[in-house]
Amino acid sequence: MAQDNAKLVYDRPEALVDRAHHYCPGCGHGIIHKLLAEIIDDAGIRENTIIVAPVGCSVLAYFYLNVDGCEAAHGRAPAVATGIKRVHGNSKHVLVYQGDGDLLAIGTAETIHAANRGENLTIIFVNNAIYGMTGGQMAPTSLAEQKTKTSPYGRKVADFGQPIRACEMINTLEAPVFIERCAVNSVKNILKTKKALKKAVKNQVEGRGYSFVEILSMCPTGWGIKPVDALKWVEDAMIPYYPLGNFRDR
Amino acid sequence: MSEKVLMKGNEALAEAAIIAGCRHYFAYPITPQNEIPAYMALRMPMVEGTFLQAESEIASINMVYGASAAGARVMTSSSSPGISLKQEGISYLAGAELPAVIVNMMRGGPGLGNIAGSQADYFQATKGGGHGDYHIIVLAPGNVQELADLTIRAFDLADEYRIPVMILGDGFLGQMSEPLVLPKPTGKKFDKSSWALSGAKGRDHHIVYSLRLTPEHALEELNIRLQERYAAISEKEILFDTYRADDAEFLLVAFGTSSRLCRNAVNILRKEGIKAGLFRPITLWPFPYDELEKAAEKVRMVLSVEMNAGQMIEDIRLALGKDKDIQSYGKMGGVVPEVDEIVEKVRSYGTR
Amino acid sequence: MARGEPEINPERCKGCELCVSACPEGILAMSEGFNKQGQVYSECIAPEKCTACMSCAIICPDSAIRIWRYAG
Repeated sequence: MAQDNAKLVYDRPEALVDRAHHYCPGCGHGIIHKLLAEIIDDAGIRENTIIVAPVGCSVLAYFYLNVDGCEAAHGRAPAVATGIKRVHGNSKHVLVYQGDGDLLAIGTAETIHAANRGENLTIIFVNNAIYGMTGGQMAPTSLAEQKTKTSPYGRKVADFGQPIRACEMINTLEAPVFIERCAVNSVKNILKTKKALKKAVKNQVEGRGYSFVEILSMCPTGWGIKPVDALKWVEDAMIPYYPLGNFRDR
Repeated sequence: MSEKVLMKGNEALAEAAIIAGCRHYFAYPITPQNEIPAYMALRMPMVEGTFLQAESEIASINMVYGASAAGARVMTSSSSPGISLKQEGISYLAGAELPAVIVNMMRGGPGLGNIAGSQADYFQATKGGGHGDYHIIVLAPGNVQELADLTIRAFDLADEYRIPVMILGDGFLGQMSEPLVLPKPTGKKFDKSSWALSGAKGRDHHIVYSLRLTPEHALEELNIRLQERYAAISEKEILFDTYRADDAEFLLVAFGTSSRLCRNAVNILRKEGIKAGLFRPITLWPFPYDELEKAAEKVRMVLSVEMNAGQMIEDIRLALGKDKDIQSYGKMGGVVPEVDEIVEKVRSYGTR
Repeated sequence: MARGEPEINPERCKGCELCVSACPEGILAMSEGFNKQGQVYSECIAPEKCTACMSCAIICPDSAIRIWRYAG
């Protein structure tokens, strides 16, 4: 289609398997997968990378990234990743991909302790404030008064507590070397997310220790709004409660 | 001839795991198996292995899952309540066809129970334990030597069949000191290169998973493959032992610690001229149904002696049917059956 | 100003419209027809205005967009 003097300046990364994925229209997982694939390509680590996929919408991440992959039981991705990493040492790079229910509800203990041990892992925490795969239930990160299938009158803080801020919690521990919260609701934020992920992966490759990247992401289906409106909801509702920025970079 | 050493059951097991090439061990403390993590904490650094005290039994079984997926020989150990916590992970190991060795030094239950030896997890161990249609191989050692020997075997079985293998001991066996000859490694090699996670270099990417939603990854197909594997294991890997059972009129059936008491009871009864014998299943899954049927062919009565309410008796009935007189003598809550009572059970039956 | 063109794979497009909202030139729009999945898909309605800024491709969750840049 292009002219003779055309140069391809943006193409799908090689580490991203060339197939349609199962995510809903406007879902942030597709953007984050693509960023990871780009980083894997740029760093030339595809053949030494293992991704641990969680229970949740992104469980099939291992079908979309052309690297070795491992499924983990709900919440146990950091433990599974610890097992893999302790076998391979720093010759292999383990990316741990988790959602909010996985990382902050059922898997809170594994999250805290892998961070506290300073496992040389890269944690990619996708926070979309809802349980997507099971159909839109309240997550530990659902906002106060947010309506979900299991908080039809809005999340009542008196009953369910305040949403948990993962970066701030991880930031109380000594061991982590990198903690940052990003978002994928705009081109500008996506580019910042890529930068943070790149650093988090680089840290592992260099054997520097535990890196944690929280990504505020869209779940238009779970939120019951249009994809474009979901971008705005991240901006207007999520970011004020979950401030973006770097918490630690050692 | 190798020299005999005196070791506690739990320590003999741990050393045997190291002999078998296990270099990754993940666990959480629980009585009465704490000698295993303590031994591993001391020993693993000497062999450049990994000892990791996890944040929970749940985390430790999932670390086992990860290490196994990465191709390593790996073990965890716990006791009854902790093994309950590991059941989800064991089901995932089964579903992902991953080898692993899991030790259960059983204690009294249900609930928090107590810390005395027990055999009350027989159903849990042999009938699946977690969710889904699966089995694990269950090995029930009867003394410290066998504890060590079966540990070596457990690693080979796990790798050969890509299946979790449980060593089902109890608090008494784990704490007991006995002389043993430390086993030699078998030297068997297992090629894991077709599935282990080692980086997709020069090959398609490997994926370790058990979620099967599509026809190309059909769940039924996995289940059929597992069942075929279980049938092969049932065919080839049965282990059992008998003691003075050839001409027995009264056959005691017991495994693990309770089988030791039964040997004493058999000796006492034999001295009295009562023809008693013992049949001891060593693999509890697969259960030696045919072998027990053969051993019990001519006996008048079969007595199942267990440290539980009589769980194995269901498998004994499956093996022997309704025509045979099958009795149960079980002690619950970490109480050990009395040899005298076993003897009396048989004696009173024999004279009636 | 660089010139270029997005190449949009209609079969990979799920019609989320994130690219439409991200395009600074406002030159993307949804199709009137449907792709094989029965979805409307994104189209470039004024390629001569494309600056090859890549915004649409960066935000596309389905990796359905490639960007060509023209030399000179």
